[in-house]
Amino acid sequence: MKSTNFIDNLPRVYGIYTGGFIGFIIIMAIAEQMGMSAKAIGIAFVAFTVFIYALIGWLSRTAQADAYYVAGRQVPTVFNGMATAADWMSGASFVAMAGGIYFKGYGYMALLVGWTGGYVLVASLLAPYLRKFGCYTVPDFIGTRYGGNLARFSAVVVLTVASFTYVTAQINATGTIASVALDIPFQYAVYIGLISILLCSMLGGMRGVTWTQVAQYIVLIIAYLLPVFWISNKMGAGFFPHFMLADEVARIGELESQFGFVKNSAADLATVPKGLAGITKAHSAVNATPWAFISLALAMMMGTASLPHVMMRYFTTPSVKAARKSVGWSLFFIFLLYSSAPMLATLSKLSLIDPTLSTGIIGKSVSEVQAIDWYQNWNSANLMFISDFNGNGTVELNEFFMGGKAVVLATPEIAGLPYVISGLVAAGGMAAAMSTADGLILAIANAISHDVYYKIIDPKAETAKRLVVARVLLVVIGFAGATIAAMEIQGILGSVIWAFDFAMSGLFFPLVLGVWWKRANRQGAIAGMLGGLAAGTWYLVWVRTGGSGFLGITQLTFGIFGSAVSLVAMVVVSLMTQEPDKATQKMVDEVRVPSGKTILGKQ
Amino acid sequence: MSNQEKHWEKSRGLLMITLAIWFVFSIGIFLFGAEMNEVTGPFGYPWTYWFTCQGSLGAFVILIFWFANRQEKIDEEFGFSEREDE
Repeated sequence: MKSTNFIDNLPRVYGIYTGGFIGFIIIMAIAEQMGMSAKAIGIAFVAFTVFIYALIGWLSRTAQADAYYVAGRQVPTVFNGMATAADWMSGASFVAMAGGIYFKGYGYMALLVGWTGGYVLVASLLAPYLRKFGCYTVPDFIGTRYGGNLARFSAVVVLTVASFTYVTAQINATGTIASVALDIPFQYAVYIGLISILLCSMLGGMRGVTWTQVAQYIVLIIAYLLPVFWISNKMGAGFFPHFMLADEVARIGELESQFGFVKNSAADLATVPKGLAGITKAHSAVNATPWAFISLALAMMMGTASLPHVMMRYFTTPSVKAARKSVGWSLFFIFLLYSSAPMLATLSKLSLIDPTLSTGIIGKSVSEVQAIDWYQNWNSANLMFISDFNGNGTVELNEFFMGGKAVVLATPEIAGLPYVISGLVAAGGMAAAMSTADGLILAIANAISHDVYYKIIDPKAETAKRLVVARVLLVVIGFAGATIAAMEIQGILGSVIWAFDFAMSGLFFPLVLGVWWKRANRQGAIAGMLGGLAAGTWYLVWVRTGGSGFLGITQLTFGIFGSAVSLVAMVVVSLMTQEPDKATQKMVDEVRVPSGKTILGKQ
Repeated sequence: MSNQEKHWEKSRGLLMITLAIWFVFSIGIFLFGAEMNEVTGPFGYPWTYWFTCQGSLGAFVILIFWFANRQEKIDEEFGFSEREDE
């Protein structure tokens, strides 16, 4: 995997890979018909795909700093787009997003807008300029643009807080899927997940992660789209669901007004297992205030532009021009999955609540539903629950509860698809969580090894030694993340959203103003990073401990407060202190044009 | 004004237009979410619902490619584009 020849052959290599994967799905489908057990299929899917990723990771091994940190800066635009999409779409996007839309409807869909709109900011404000800079890591940009170890170190702190919050959730997700698919306890499954993650990144660094992420994108997008199209066709809802579900969306609205949203008493709800929810919000009607929707979307957009594991993917493109285009491709590949999530939520909800469909359970008798195979399976997995609160013997809308993950994981089974699809979905979820975890662990380990160890502690260290340090850190951070994940303190989705808020609190304005405001100086940047992070963290703690909050900023959008403080601190402190020296101003000028050498040159 | 200053002025102009369009699709239309949802939009979905699942997302994809092309043109115009062999 070294020569430029390999780069030229990429379409062929991944074409064969995709064909091979589809072949594998077909073989599994035939094996299922011949009597292979569901459990064996699940194991085969997860084991086969993880083995392929590990193989790619091993083939991409490297001893060069340029390859380890930025994949040799030769990743073509479209492939970098796929890798970024896999890097970006985490276990939360894959497993939890459709579920969130299913339960919360419009208010939750702010995340769809936020997690895509942020890429416009990435493309226009940051990515091409940081690519021109020629840095290895995001703190590398901060450290060189503003100068000084404290600025560099502050950036590492913000990066670590945000990425670590995020990565525990991803390791948690790989553990959940591994434990279900391989049928082993979660505490062990977490470490199996971790080892799979490290196999992809340890030997090849960014190069290994890049080529595994492309492979993971292909698995996850097939695993997401195939069931959506299949279910839609099976239900007769339309062969291309994205353009044809208007009637189904309207029908859900009709059923909602027919059933009504009955509020359960607190005593009744206490009997429902933790983590399960019922349908309490309208599916397509606007059920959030404009500010609730906009503030969440805004926080996610600014967070997107501040998350280092995404930004560093654009350091791997061959040119500034390619970095810009690559952002467009990234978003296109993300769009394929995100635009399907609401369709899956619609199909899933309608097939469960419509009494005229054979799969519908609302209005059926409680004992009849409790006898259904899939209900028993998912009930014993603690993801479904029915209780006859009003004692009339039939299931009502407010008496059926489901876990958020079940929408993606259980819908194929509910719709009567063969088990091979469920195995495929497990492999897709695993790919999504692994690829994001890899990007995040690498971002943290690279920042500490490059910015703290090489740039601050031992600038004379040889490449071989630097790469050993980088790999040791990778393992240490991975195990730290897995240990925290094994404690199961926080849910997947909540901590993902927090990571965005942390990142935007500390990094958004120092990054953007570094390019767009020449007057921004070191003192201002440090004040912006540390002040923003401190303010955001304070707000989160305050709201979590019973604080009332202000301006409608919640614990999910605390980054809006943090980044506002960051902006004010950065501007005020910059203006109160000396303007940056001539050399720095000249550097900013150079960053702004694509031509010429990168600022840092070949390190 | 130097060549580079002109280049930057034009780039900044493009950024402003890009951010304005971004603002409309990410924030502007959702100020009127409730009113807009009463109207039937593309493929028969309510307008606001359609924007949240497809419209805004697709607009962002197109916007980024449009921006990238325009910026390339600006770079070429002032002789700041990269050499092809890079």
